[in-house]
Amino acid sequence: MDKIWLIIQREYLTRVRKKSFLVISLLAPLLLAGTTLGIAKLSMPSSADEVAVYDASGLNLLTQLVATDEVRFVPAVGASPAAATAAFKKAKPKQAALLVFPADFSLDANQGVQLLADGNVSLNRQQNIRKAVNKAISELKLTRSGLTRATIDNLKADVELSAVDLTQKGGQKNNVGATTAAAYFLSILVYMFIFIYGVQVMRGVAEEKTNRIMEVMMSSVKPFQLMMGKILGIAAVVLTQFGIWLILSYSITTLVAPLLMKPAKTPVTTAAAAANTTNAEVAAAPAADAPAVAAPRPGTAPNLWSVLDGLPIGSIIGGFLFFFLGGYLLYSSMFAAIGAAVDDQTDAQQFMFPVTIPLILSYIVSINVIINGDPNGPLAFWLSMIPFTSPIAMVMRLPFGVPAWQLLLSGALLVGGFIFTTWVASRIYRVGVLMYGKKVTYAELSRWMFYKG
Amino acid sequence: MSNILQAIDVHKAYAAHVALNGVSLDIPEGSIFGLLGPNGAGKTSLIRIITQITAADSGEIRFRGERLNPSHIGQIGYLPEERGLYKKMKVGEQLLYLAQLKGLSKADATQRIKGWIDRLDLRPWVSKNVEDLSKGMQQKVQFIATVLHEPSLIILDEPFSGFDPINANLIKDEILELRQRGATIIFSTHRMESVEEMCDNIALINRSRKVLDGSVRDIKDAFKTRTYEVEGKGRLMVIHPDFEVLEHKERENDHFYNRIRLHHGTTPNDLLRYLIGNVEIHAFREQIPSINDIFIRRVQETMPETLTEQELAVKS
Repeated sequence: MDKIWLIIQREYLTRVRKKSFLVISLLAPLLLAGTTLGIAKLSMPSSADEVAVYDASGLNLLTQLVATDEVRFVPAVGASPAAATAAFKKAKPKQAALLVFPADFSLDANQGVQLLADGNVSLNRQQNIRKAVNKAISELKLTRSGLTRATIDNLKADVELSAVDLTQKGGQKNNVGATTAAAYFLSILVYMFIFIYGVQVMRGVAEEKTNRIMEVMMSSVKPFQLMMGKILGIAAVVLTQFGIWLILSYSITTLVAPLLMKPAKTPVTTAAAAANTTNAEVAAAPAADAPAVAAPRPGTAPNLWSVLDGLPIGSIIGGFLFFFLGGYLLYSSMFAAIGAAVDDQTDAQQFMFPVTIPLILSYIVSINVIINGDPNGPLAFWLSMIPFTSPIAMVMRLPFGVPAWQLLLSGALLVGGFIFTTWVASRIYRVGVLMYGKKVTYAELSRWMFYKG
Repeated sequence: MSNILQAIDVHKAYAAHVALNGVSLDIPEGSIFGLLGPNGAGKTSLIRIITQITAADSGEIRFRGERLNPSHIGQIGYLPEERGLYKKMKVGEQLLYLAQLKGLSKADATQRIKGWIDRLDLRPWVSKNVEDLSKGMQQKVQFIATVLHEPSLIILDEPFSGFDPINANLIKDEILELRQRGATIIFSTHRMESVEEMCDNIALINRSRKVLDGSVRDIKDAFKTRTYEVEGKGRLMVIHPDFEVLEHKERENDHFYNRIRLHHGTTPNDLLRYLIGNVEIHAFREQIPSINDIFIRRVQETMPETLTEQELAVKS
């Protein structure tokens, strides 16, 4: 046992001491936090576009145009369209466009309205302006038809859905955006890390083989010890990296974010939830029966992590670690066997293919089945039970909430799965590491599994 | 003298061929034992079984009378023919790691590394990466790693390959010194001159079988061909039923060189007596076969069809 420990230590220390480890460990969360803050800042209601309005119709449309988060309207300077255009050109960087209502514009003939700007006006901006104009005109039309303000307001429908997850304690509000984003984020993390570090295991084994140190090592330790030592040592590297990232991203977002962002009406999303901005409002909606949902107090900086409230954090973190490690052990032992079986990297490709296929497929299929489909459907269930797909599928399901018995069953199957692959891998490994100059085939590999001693 | 290692009827087969076929060996404690054989004879397979890298299909290895088991790993040091170290690791750390894997405590290992580093003049290289060292330097590091845990059985596979003559001598002295301190050394090599110089006992393996073993002196005695070299002056015409001239060379000024084999029942003195009567003798000595000759003869006897003498000579 203490030999495995020595091997783990060496594998761990040689990797952690590398400059590249330090760089990635420090840069990645900075980048992540940077992008998150960037997205957050961009998605914050920035100053609305200012649109100058020249109204020759006499309908006094300016008073009817209601400012929104995106656009607000100011009167144009100048008594003629030409003068207004000239004034707009002077005020240009401040004003985004000039909206001109011609003299013959009437409520019955909504024609001839022009939007003047430098270059093309973006579709988004055009739509915002059109919406505001349409709203103003229809308000005017409604008023003209004799309806009172109160009647008009009364006629409008404004339904808001708030989804409640009954499986959560106290019927917590369901945060769909954050849930989906977390599912994406966690599963891509599992996918990437199994792949990156699995390949590292393979390269490490191949390196020992090409360095010809194997024979020396084999005279001191059992092949299984050497293989497991490497796999576990690299696992410790990954966990260290996760730890550093978590701490750094948390401190960056909580310490730096308040400096960068003024208190806003809506809280800004975190990395996990950045993909979806609408959820921010859901999370912010003050609800008496959802104590976990933190509504930002006016005047305080928004807590970036509050969006995650309402998700089963405990089971997500625990499940993520368990399924990541299980999947890593399962796949990396196969990568180790590949590294042991081949003489050089190019030969490794043909064997990597069947190992990476289930990994890639489970990611792609899981997205369709779980995120875009039913996270608790039968296909999702099976994907999260089969050990080759469960590390990704189950992690993807976690934020949606998974029954405990399924977690336990899937976990047990995964443990069984990696014990099996590790066994197979170690049989191939112990023969492969001392085999040089032989082009290995699948038939050969299967024979190795039954060699004695 | 007791045996540190005994191999008893060891068999090992791989999918395609038999590597060892009933090999038995006795390796006496404190000796230098030469394990000889052409390429592919099964030497490496035997060594890998002794170092417990693989296991024998049948038969038994005994280490000081005990059946070989993992507790013996720390008492065996192995320098494989295929040398290798972790290239990106510092020399000192590498030695420490390998020593700890052999069961040495960190403190013990550190102290011994210091001693060896000074002995082999590696002090300036301790904190360099292995890849920055010359090949000879790397070999020295590897040698230290092999003996650092003071094994009682040291297996050296072609220990001198890659060394310049000066460093080869340095290593040779270290090997003799280790024997002096009680270690047993198994020496696997093709270099017959080092076998003759250093080994007490040898075993010759060919085509997965042991074809010869014993002490170097006994083997040489056994392979004597009762042939004598004679140099002298005069005209030597041997016509005698008891002697056979194998080679005759005329040299300038009436000198000659002859190789003469004695037939059974004749003594060297009989030959001398005969010669004295005919010529003036300047030199008379018995021709003792070199281990190289014995090696080639035995190998050819056991597989005449595959290798010619030239090929074997090239290999050795």
